[in-house]
Amino acid sequence: MLDQTPKKVVEREALRINPAKTCQPIGAMYASLGIHGCLPHSHGSQGCCAYHRSHLTRHYKEPVMAATSSFTEGAAVFGGGANLRQAVNNIFHVYNPDIIAVHTTCLSETIGDDIPSLVNQAREDGLIPEGKLVIHTNTPSYEGSHVTGFSNMCRSMVSYLTKSSGEKKNQLNILPGFVEPSDMREIKNILKEIGVPAVVFPDTSDVLDVPQTGKFDMYPKGGVTIAEMNSTGDSQKTLALGAFASEDAAKMLQTKAEVPYEVLDLPIGLSATDRFIEAIVELTGSEPPASITDNRGRLLDMMLDYQQYLYGKKVAIAGDPDHVIAMTEFVVSMGMIPTYVITGTPGKKFVLRIKGILKDINPTAKIKAAADFFELHQWMKNEPVDLLISNTYGKYIARAEDVPFVRFGFPILDRVGHSYFPTVGYVGGMRLVEKITGVIMDRKDRDDPEEVFELVM
Amino acid sequence: MSQTATTLKNENLVEEIVTRYPPKVARKRRKHMVPVKPGTEQTIAANARTVPGIITQRGCAYAGCKGVVLGPIVDMVHIVHGPIGCSFYAWGTRRNQGKARKGGQNFLEYSFSTDMQPDNIIFGGEKKLRKAIEEAYELFKPKAMSLHATCPAGLIGDDVIGVGREMTEKLGIPIIGFACEGYKGVSQSAGHHLANNGLFEHVVGRDDKKAGKFAINMLGEYNIGGDAWEIERIFEKCGIDIISTFSGNGSFDEIAQAHNAQLNIIQCHRSINYMAEMLEDKFGIPWLKVNVIGLKSTSKSLRKIGEFFDDAKLSARIEEVIAEEEAAAEKELAEIRERLQGKTAMLFTGGSRAHHYQALFKDLGMKTVVAGEEFAHRDDYEGRKVIPTIKIDADSRNITELKAERDPERYHPPKSEEEIARLKEEGKLSEYEGMLPDMVENSILVDDITHLEQEMMIASYNPDIVCSGVKDKYIFEKMGIPSKQLHNYDYSGPFAGYHGAVNFARDIDMRVNNPVWKMIQPPWQKRPMIKAEMMVETEKEIRA
Repeated sequence: MLDQTPKKVVEREALRINPAKTCQPIGAMYASLGIHGCLPHSHGSQGCCAYHRSHLTRHYKEPVMAATSSFTEGAAVFGGGANLRQAVNNIFHVYNPDIIAVHTTCLSETIGDDIPSLVNQAREDGLIPEGKLVIHTNTPSYEGSHVTGFSNMCRSMVSYLTKSSGEKKNQLNILPGFVEPSDMREIKNILKEIGVPAVVFPDTSDVLDVPQTGKFDMYPKGGVTIAEMNSTGDSQKTLALGAFASEDAAKMLQTKAEVPYEVLDLPIGLSATDRFIEAIVELTGSEPPASITDNRGRLLDMMLDYQQYLYGKKVAIAGDPDHVIAMTEFVVSMGMIPTYVITGTPGKKFVLRIKGILKDINPTAKIKAAADFFELHQWMKNEPVDLLISNTYGKYIARAEDVPFVRFGFPILDRVGHSYFPTVGYVGGMRLVEKITGVIMDRKDRDDPEEVFELVM
Repeated sequence: MSQTATTLKNENLVEEIVTRYPPKVARKRRKHMVPVKPGTEQTIAANARTVPGIITQRGCAYAGCKGVVLGPIVDMVHIVHGPIGCSFYAWGTRRNQGKARKGGQNFLEYSFSTDMQPDNIIFGGEKKLRKAIEEAYELFKPKAMSLHATCPAGLIGDDVIGVGREMTEKLGIPIIGFACEGYKGVSQSAGHHLANNGLFEHVVGRDDKKAGKFAINMLGEYNIGGDAWEIERIFEKCGIDIISTFSGNGSFDEIAQAHNAQLNIIQCHRSINYMAEMLEDKFGIPWLKVNVIGLKSTSKSLRKIGEFFDDAKLSARIEEVIAEEEAAAEKELAEIRERLQGKTAMLFTGGSRAHHYQALFKDLGMKTVVAGEEFAHRDDYEGRKVIPTIKIDADSRNITELKAERDPERYHPPKSEEEIARLKEEGKLSEYEGMLPDMVENSILVDDITHLEQEMMIASYNPDIVCSGVKDKYIFEKMGIPSKQLHNYDYSGPFAGYHGAVNFARDIDMRVNNPVWKMIQPPWQKRPMIKAEMMVETEKEIRA
C-alpha cells in the first residue's frame, strides 16, 4: 500500500500528490441542495457535473440531482451564454424546480461568462417563468477548495434571497457550515429543545437523508424555503458556525440587512458545543433546558470514563479547516496530543488557530494548510502516531502504516452512518468518543499478548 | 413495486415521452430512442451533443482519457494538469484494479495534479507543469508518465503535448501529453479516442519480442472488480497467452510489446476499436470482437478464438475447458435461475456493457426491456456496417483520426491476405453487429438517456432491476426498484467469464429478491385506523 512513498520529505512547489481537498463547485452544489425545490446547475463541461454528482452520491448514498450547461469546444471558444439560456429554458420546462442555483466552473470562469447578465437577459426574454428564481455563485475551481465553493454559495443565497421587511422577527439565523444532514438536523433539534425559532441554511436534512418510501421525489421535503431565506434579513442575529464555510455569508447578511453576526467554531466536541449553547442562551437570557445540560453531562462522563485509553495518544488530523479546528480542540480536551494537523484548503488563519490550540500541549506539532495526504504520510513514516482522523482517503495511509483510523469529515465513501448520526452537539461528541475509543481499544485487543488480554476495559 | 405501471407499447411510450420536452429538444431526443421492431432495419442518432439542462449521465473527454484508458496503467505516473478537482475525482473511484509487476511500481493508489492556482491561469501553467514533472521524476523515477490537459489548461493554451516532448528529452523517459480537455467532443468517447492515439503513437511497438504460438492482446477490458484476472485465468487454462491488456491492470512494458501478438480481441468495442484498427494497419494483426460477459457468450468467444488459430490441439483444449467451466458454473446457477426466470431488466451503461450484459441476463432467464449507452456511436448500436454512412460533425472533426502506415519491417499478418480477407467476408474478423440485433420485441434502445426518459420508462415497464451507474442508482432504489451498478459493480465482482457469471447471478438474486422490498409500506398504512382508545397529545401540549 502506497509503496512508492519515500520516507524522506522533499519540499514540492508544483506537484500535488493525494490531495486533501477538492474543487469549489462540489461545495456549491452541496449547498444548493440545501435549498428547498432547488436544482443545482453546473455551468461548464458536463464532466464537472458528472463528477460532483457521483462523488456526493458516493458520500450520501442518495440521489443527487443537478444539471449542466454541457459545454463543447464551441462554447469554450465563444462563451457559454447560449448553453445557459437553453439550459434554463429546458430545466424549467422539463424538471420544473422553484429555483435554479447556478455555479460556475474553471472553464466558464476562464472564459469569463458573466452569469448575472446572462440570467437577466434570459428573464427579459421570457425564459424564466413567473415566480421562478435563478441565483448564481462564482466558483473558480483553481482557487480555494470545496469549502470555498460551499461558502460562496451560502453568500450568494444571502445576496439573492435575503430581504428586509423593516420589522425584526423573533428568530435567529444559523449557518451550520459544510456539515452532514444529520448535523443540520441535530442543530435544529437543539434549537427546538431550547425553544429558539431559527432559519438554518443551507439545510440538507430531508434532502440527502430521505426515507425509503418506494417513491422518488426530485425535490424532497427538506431544504430552507425561499420564504425562510427572504426572512433572514429580519432575524435578530446570525450565528456562523465555522469561519471558513460560514463567515462570508454572515458578513453579507450584516452588510445587506444589518443583521449582526457572531462566528463560532463548528459545535463539535464539548467546549465548542458549550460556546454554541452559550451564544444562544445569551440571546434568550435563560438557561437551556435540563435535557441539554444532561446530554452535556453524559458526554463529560464518557470523556472521563475512558480517559486512560486516550491520554497521551498522538493523533494526526486531516480534513477541512472548520472540522479540523473543532476536532483538534476536542481531542486535546481528552488528553490526546495532536502531532500533525493539516488541511488541504489554503488559509493562514487555520495555522494560527491550530497553533493557538496547541501552544501549551504540543508547540512543535506540524501544522500546515494547503497540505496533502502524501506529505502527511511521509511525516507519519518518520514519526508514527497512535491515531489518524481524516476523511476516507486516509484509509490508504492507515493501512500502509497500520494505524487506527477514524473517518471524519468529507467525504466518507466507505462507511455507513455519517449522514444519519451527527457529530455536532453533545450527542455528536458522544458518538465521536465512541468511535475514537473503539478503534484504539480494538487495536489494544489485537496487539496485547494473550496473558494480559483484557475482558473488561 | 409501488410504481403504477401504465404499460404502453414501446412506440407509444417514446411518443409520449417527447411530448414532455420543448419542441426543439423533442425533435432531437426522438432520434435517440428506437422502439425496437426485430427483423426491421432501424437507425438511431448517437455521439451527438447532449442538450444543455437536460439531465444526462455523461462525463467528459478527460474522464474518457485519464479516467478510463490511461488511468488503469499501473506503472505510469499520470499527472493531471489543471485545478485539483479533475485529478481528485478520478482517484480510486473507478475500481480498475491492478498489481505491480515483479520489482515494478504501482501508482493506482495515488493522485497527481498540478493543482493550478489563479496565477497559473493568468500567466500560463506550463512552467508549473514542467516543475511538477521534475518533482515526480525525482520522487519516483517512474518508467513513464502521462500528462492530461483539463478545460482551463487547454483554454489558456498550455501545450501538454509539447511539454511532454520536451521533458521526454530532458529526463530520458517517455512522457506523453494528452490534450483531453473536458470540452472536447461530446462525451467520454472523445477521450478514449485521444488516449488510444497517444498510446499507439508513443508506447505500442517499443519492444520487439518473439511471442508464443497463441499470443493475443485483450483490448477494451478495464479490470473492474477483477474481470481481467478471471479472463486471464480462463485463457491461461486454454493455453492462450495474453501479451497485454488495454488497459485494465495494464503495464507500460506489456503495452510496448502488444504489436508482437497474432490476434487482438476486443471486449469494449466503443472505447478501443481505434487501437485494433491501427494495430492491424501497421502490424497486420487482425481483430475479432468477443463478449466474455455471460456463460454462453464466454464459450462462444473462446470458440471464435479457437477457430481463428485453427489448431486441433488448441480447439480440443478449449472444448475441454468450456465443458468443465460451464458444468461447474451451471451447478451453481440452476437454483438461482429458478428465482430469476422471467424477470426483466433495464441497462444504462457507458459504451458496450448494455449489450454485453444482455447475454448474461439471458443466461439467467431474464429479459432486457430497455437498453442504452451514454457515449456509444451508431456502430455500437447498429453494427460496423453503418460506419461509412456516419456523418462526421464539428465535434468529432476535432479529434484526430490517426491513419497508421504499414510498418515495412514488422508487418506480419498471422495468415495469408486471402485467408484474412475470407474470414472478414464471413464476418469472423473485424466484425461487430452491434446491440440492436440482440434486442427483443417491444423493447426500447435509447442513446444518452435523460432522467425524464428513465423515470417514464421505468413507470411504464416496471422492471425487476435497473442496471446503471452511481448517479442513478439511488434514484431507482427510491422508486422501489432494485438497482445494480454496472460501471463500478457496486464494489463487487468479477462478473466476467464463468466465475463472474455465478457472482453476478448471486448479486442479482440478492437484489431482486431482497426481502426488504416487501417491507417498504409500514403496517399502519396497510389498513384503516379506526380504533381510538387513547388521545394523542400534541408537542405543544407536552411542552406546556
